[in-house]
Amino acid sequence: MSSASKSTPVPVPASSALEIEAGLRATGYLPSPSTALVAHLAIELGKPVLVEGPAGVGKTELAKALARLLQRPLIRLQCYEGLDEAKALYEWNYRKQLLRIQAEAEGTGWDAVQDDIFGAEFLLARPLMTAISSPEPVVLLIDEIDKTDQEFEAMLLELLSDFQISIPELGRIDAVSQPVVLLTSNNSRELTEALKRRCLYLWLDYPSPEHELEIVRLHAPDLPETVARKLVDVVAAIRELDLKKSPSIAESIDWARALLLLGAKDIDAETFSQTISIIVKHRTDLDLVAERVGMSLGAATG
Amino acid sequence: MPRPADPPRAHGFQAQLLALVDQLRGEGVAIGTSELLDAGAALGHVDWTKSADFREALAATLAKSPEDRRVFDLVFDRFFFRATEFAAIQEGIEEQGGIAAQDPDRLDQDALRRAIAEAISEGDGSAMQDLARLAVAAFGAPGQGSGVLGVDVQRLRRALQLRPDPQPDFDADDPRREGLPKERIAEFEQLLRSELERRRIETNRELPPSRPLSDISRALPTGPIEDLAAVHRVVAQLKRRLKTQGNELRGHRRKEHVDMRRTARASLEFGGVPLNIKTKPVRPRRPEIFVLCDVSTSVTNASVFFLSVLHALHDSFSRMRSFVFIERVSEVTEIFERERDFHGVSERIARDAGVADISGYTDYGRVWSEFAELTADDLTRRCTLIVLGDARTNGRDPQVAAFAEIAAKAGRTFWLNPEPRLYWNYGDSVIDLYAEHCRAFECWTTPQLEEFVKALARPLRV
Repeated sequence: MSSASKSTPVPVPASSALEIEAGLRATGYLPSPSTALVAHLAIELGKPVLVEGPAGVGKTELAKALARLLQRPLIRLQCYEGLDEAKALYEWNYRKQLLRIQAEAEGTGWDAVQDDIFGAEFLLARPLMTAISSPEPVVLLIDEIDKTDQEFEAMLLELLSDFQISIPELGRIDAVSQPVVLLTSNNSRELTEALKRRCLYLWLDYPSPEHELEIVRLHAPDLPETVARKLVDVVAAIRELDLKKSPSIAESIDWARALLLLGAKDIDAETFSQTISIIVKHRTDLDLVAERVGMSLGAATG
Repeated sequence: MPRPADPPRAHGFQAQLLALVDQLRGEGVAIGTSELLDAGAALGHVDWTKSADFREALAATLAKSPEDRRVFDLVFDRFFFRATEFAAIQEGIEEQGGIAAQDPDRLDQDALRRAIAEAISEGDGSAMQDLARLAVAAFGAPGQGSGVLGVDVQRLRRALQLRPDPQPDFDADDPRREGLPKERIAEFEQLLRSELERRRIETNRELPPSRPLSDISRALPTGPIEDLAAVHRVVAQLKRRLKTQGNELRGHRRKEHVDMRRTARASLEFGGVPLNIKTKPVRPRRPEIFVLCDVSTSVTNASVFFLSVLHALHDSFSRMRSFVFIERVSEVTEIFERERDFHGVSERIARDAGVADISGYTDYGRVWSEFAELTADDLTRRCTLIVLGDARTNGRDPQVAAFAEIAAKAGRTFWLNPEPRLYWNYGDSVIDLYAEHCRAFECWTTPQLEEFVKALARPLRV
């Protein structure tokens, strides 16, 4: 970045972040401006994005929408405790190796067989390996990275910074195509500095009421505007409460669809208590919500 | 490392970016060179004339956690505000065009009030920004200011008739009739404040001294939101620290003791001659811990947070018992063993512990005597006693002698005070009386907590 570039126009058309925003909208995902910008940067810079935020704000959905927008296949690695490289990277297909040894004609030297059975042919590619060895570029989603342990994070570093995988028996496997990588985390544990350093960072929070209204309207277009607005307000009020599990965007949409199905004209105390189980899913939470939010609804409609 | 007090005189974009990063680092955001390079690369792909894009591109590459992002936003605003004003002073630029501050009569004040109210009720950010400048020009004539920004802002707000509660004397279609959203008014006040500040700098032709962000804005969590993540983070750091401390201790081989039984057995091989001396393995001693936490309203959150951290660390201690108190003492070790959830713990303490008797005010005298009774047999020289409280007696007798007795029985006694040191010994705080018998720590930010655990992990000489 030279200081001269300050006066000259920026090299890349500024509309590209806007184009991504429009493109994501077209696929049915309404991004905030910063989401679109970070997605744009991720594509331009070829860097992975670490997406953090509470559960149910559309982190995974963002990856799916990006895949649709870029018309690339989505490869997903769901993380869990105890996930290891045999499940994430690659594994030797030992059955095939055994067969190979048995089918070997008498007299072939050990060295020849050994060289042979540790070849690419006997490798079972797991999601990460598939992602970088695919001839056409893909979108790679590493979901809930915070569920794994630190060792796994360390293993990812090579892939994330250089897009390559080292296999001791085989050598280095370089990426055939460069994937767009998204990592999501619920922030249930702090990720290592090394991992964060290699990623762009995007914090997704619950959307503003206007934004959420837009999302609900997109997914349940037949729901009357007034009901949708009230729904969004109620959901926002519920998120303010200190709950075990706050309602996610997907649950707002489900609720909107349910209200549509019931033909509700308004959210009053009665419809609320009938349908509350769609958005609140803990017994203790139910009590709290009924007490705090349900009461005020009843008062409003008399 | 001393940092330049003012925006550095270096020129060019790289220098400015470096200065920004330097300030961020100064506020504790860890930024590596690779991230700096990323930031530079990212700026090549966004439109610099859009301030939101510019900010987001930098944030995505430099700030990698919600806290970092918060600090980033504060520093970013401060930095570019100061940099702009500094450049304006150097170049001798003043506001021109539009409505000069000198002739406010040219403005229709009522129309302006109305326009501002509408912008606020619609939440139109850029209109609010423009109108804030106009408002200061129209209502904040030079020389009238009190010199204190907060006072001037409130004076302006009153002059503009911006209130969150309904004002029925306005027309039906005026948004002020229904009252304006409180958050947006606060937002507008912030805009007024920075405009006033900008004007003051313009008049004085110098920047006020730059201050680091106040510690208050980054203290230990006091609200329940996302505290679990905070506990996890602190615990991860502390565990690492405790682990390395243990290794250090294993190096002290000189104080080995001979294991007679194993030596005798080994000597049988050589006809009873003890050729192979067997020694007892040296294990780093893990402290036995008694925690005594005040859970009266003023310090509940600090206490529960601290207890959660200690219990998450329990495998680093050989034994741990926790007590909470307000007027009386109650043991809560079990609650922590069963409940893993931060909220669950605070609820159960509030419900089951039964520590508030009548007034709900801390009674230290009674607490000491009850605690001494509860732990009469267990409290020994091997134990570490940790008291967490603000040492505010509410006018009751502090019973220092009773505390001294307990402190003498325990091997070490620490006092954690969740109040900033500035407030110690003011009002009914008697921390200094207790501090004569123990080590008192100020403990309301994460680094201070770490400092304390370091002291705690130091070996106990028995």
